[in-house]
Amino acid sequence: MRSGDILRFSLGALQGNRVRTMLMLLAMSIGVAAVVLLTAVGEGARLFVVNEFASLGTNLLIVLPGRSETAGIGPSSFMGETPRDLTIRDAMALVRHSAVRRVAPLNVGEVHVSWRQREREVPVIGSTSELLAIRHWKMAQGRFLPPGDPELAAPLCVIGAKVRKELFGPHPALGEMMSIGDRRCRVIGIMGSEGRSIGLDVEELVILPVASAQMLFNTNTLFRILVEAKSREAIPRIKTHILSTIRKRHQGEEDVTVITQDAVLATFDRIFRALTLTVAGVAGISLGVAGILTMNVMLITVSQRTAEIGLLKALGAHRRQILVLILTEAGVLSLVGALLGLAIGEIGSLVIGRIYPALPVSAPWWAIAAALGVAIVTGLTFSVLPARRAARLDPVQALSHR
Amino acid sequence: MIRLEHVHRVFQVGEQKVHALNDLMLHIGLGEYLSIMGPSGSGKSTLLNILGILDRSTSGQYLLDGTDVTSLTDDQQARTRREKIGFVFQFFHLVPRLTAEQNIELPLVLAGVSPAERKARTGRVLQAVGLEARAHHRPEELSGGQRQRVAIARATIMEPAVLLADEPTGNLDSASGKEVIEILEQLNRKGIILIVVTHDPEIGGRARRRIRLVDGRIISDISGHEKP
Repeated sequence: MRSGDILRFSLGALQGNRVRTMLMLLAMSIGVAAVVLLTAVGEGARLFVVNEFASLGTNLLIVLPGRSETAGIGPSSFMGETPRDLTIRDAMALVRHSAVRRVAPLNVGEVHVSWRQREREVPVIGSTSELLAIRHWKMAQGRFLPPGDPELAAPLCVIGAKVRKELFGPHPALGEMMSIGDRRCRVIGIMGSEGRSIGLDVEELVILPVASAQMLFNTNTLFRILVEAKSREAIPRIKTHILSTIRKRHQGEEDVTVITQDAVLATFDRIFRALTLTVAGVAGISLGVAGILTMNVMLITVSQRTAEIGLLKALGAHRRQILVLILTEAGVLSLVGALLGLAIGEIGSLVIGRIYPALPVSAPWWAIAAALGVAIVTGLTFSVLPARRAARLDPVQALSHR
Repeated sequence: MIRLEHVHRVFQVGEQKVHALNDLMLHIGLGEYLSIMGPSGSGKSTLLNILGILDRSTSGQYLLDGTDVTSLTDDQQARTRREKIGFVFQFFHLVPRLTAEQNIELPLVLAGVSPAERKARTGRVLQAVGLEARAHHRPEELSGGQRQRVAIARATIMEPAVLLADEPTGNLDSASGKEVIEILEQLNRKGIILIVVTHDPEIGGRARRRIRLVDGRIISDISGHEKP
């Protein structure tokens, strides 16, 4: 039989029984739509978590003053060892390593700010231009702290959206001078509102150059130093680099603690794997269900068309031809059903995306490819049994079947 | 052309064995016109199914055109059926969703014949059964007689050596029945072996050779014309 004829015959058979065709398309499309939707939501959830973590900063090492280990009772316990302060120069020294991408010194405090008659207590961060990139923050207006010598105390500040709203109300804030503690600074930028990371809400922050913040808090120490590695693999090397640099600068004392994200990332990986496996499992089940539905519908097809199959055998069709005809039907149905399901799934993801804008709902390409592939494979696999049954039909009985 | 030697066909019905064909011997020569008659359950249909290779005998030999059909594989049997045997059924067995032309070309489609050649050949057989005008009608739009003529066209499109008709007029009124039997006889005059299974003594009596089956055995085999 020619392949064109096989296809034409199968399409004709599908058109000949619309209800059956519709049922089967429905079964297949629901299966595929389920996979597309589930993976879209799963992937959305994953991306959501990734974004949350990314806003914390990726490949980050955090340097704190003082040692956190307890070394037991030794001479130092009696000597009363005081950690040396972390300084801006310490932070600048850490930059000198090929695997370090960015370094941002950090100072934190609470300060009284005011503009005209309005006043507020706000958390203040002193840092450098690098902080924006490390924390993956976005600007709403204006610009972030300018790059330059971090020891220079420029009278500039960047404020959060909420601070802007509460202090300036309807007035434009950019370019205004506002009071901050006993000093004044010019507002050069307003933070976007999406950067909501653990501990600090960007909307409520005021960010100053680190040297200005030190003057404000009347100190020359740093609260933290954030170090961003170029890759995750470089983190242990950078940790060693930080410790040895600080030891050299602090007269041989290793009086800082370096926290890495390794522990966090490991947990994170486990969650992802579990999530992916769950989604894959659920997807597999729904496609399995679709496959079994396909099998049932194809079995019904075969019994409904017994007489026709018997006739084809009487006319000289051999087993393989019957097999191919039934499988072609199943293949066409699966393909069309899968495409339909894909469309339904995509529309569903769009709708969910509209309802929950925070969730980046979109089925990954591998899920779409897998759903289509698995749908067609299961459709065909589960049709082998009905097709074989059709091929084995006894023509005498099949012809008397009415 | 056709030789059945000691053919038995035994069906298992529950605990009992039913001997549908019992040590049957039958030789049919080229161009014969044969009717098989007998009461219900006498084995007529079983004999026809075995002649059409739709069914296998339990034991015995079936030689068709010199080859032992029983020794062929399934695929070879299907091929033999396609090339040497045409069927005409009581209930027509047309595929309802296909037009007359598409029904007729089915055997050619199964044989992988090109569309152009199919077109030419269906055209010829449609003309032979007088249905050129109905080529694009579906079975439901045709009368019983017309449907049976479509079925005959389909049975003959492969130019088989043997035409097997199972109660070809059983579902038709007498006028269209007569028309159908005349078409079949016309085909026989052109050389095809025509074997008709029927209850109807009038139809059966038209054949030059008349076989009566009772309980799976041939009880009479009469050749030559008789006056009814």
